[in-house]
Amino acid sequence: MSVANRPVHRPLSPHLQVYRPQLTSTLSILHRATGIALSAGVLYLTAWVVCASGSYEVYAKFQAFNSSIVGRFVLGGWLFCVFFHLFNGIRHLFWDVGYGFEIKDAYRSGWLVVAASLVATAISWIVGLRLI
Amino acid sequence: MNSDLRSPLNRARGLGSAKSGVHHFWMQRLTAVALIPLVIWFAVSLVMLSGADYGMARAWLGSPFVMVLLILTICIGLYHGQLGMQVVIEDYVHNEGVKLALIVAIKFIAVFFGLAAIVASMRIGFGG
Repeated sequence: MSVANRPVHRPLSPHLQVYRPQLTSTLSILHRATGIALSAGVLYLTAWVVCASGSYEVYAKFQAFNSSIVGRFVLGGWLFCVFFHLFNGIRHLFWDVGYGFEIKDAYRSGWLVVAASLVATAISWIVGLRLI
Repeated sequence: MNSDLRSPLNRARGLGSAKSGVHHFWMQRLTAVALIPLVIWFAVSLVMLSGADYGMARAWLGSPFVMVLLILTICIGLYHGQLGMQVVIEDYVHNEGVKLALIVAIKFIAVFFGLAAIVASMRIGFGG
């Protein structure tokens, strides 16, 4: 094996398992987790439009799942993912332009994101369930 | 003064910038900004559509304003999503072959679903 292709084994810095959970790291992990969930969610959203473009029977089958207990939890959980990723994404955009890096500010914006996500999700559930 | 940010070892190994990282970063932020109003609009609309039947859903999906915004939401969402999934795959999949296959797959899936959404939306709107 040539020098150019030989793997380099550098020491790794301490990782997730040695840290006590903090708000900042938890929200960072949650941002990625909700992002993965939303990537699946946008495929599901496409499936909804495709089913709606089909016959009444096709759409009824799709809606039967959405109206089930599991479907309601999936859609309700999806709404939380939407709001969390949206609000935390805005927090990230502020960091990208250089604002809010002080530890105090990172915690304040973090709790703001948590509160806003929970409130927006709760309002959506209440309004949505009233309309059904 | 060394203007190259790569280490001498990485330069010898031929590794380092492929000159497209900034584009990925920028497109992720650009689509994020575009998705802020789109996602708020869509989330509010979807909640207001709770309990809507086949006819109501189609009437909503088929209006020109909704068609434009929904196609934008889905296509920009798919683009933003595959950029994010690419980073996740690059972080956690260490087998080069599997990594490349997955990255190609998510890009194909995004294009396929994007076109499916556009065709379905137009089929509703233009009464196919």
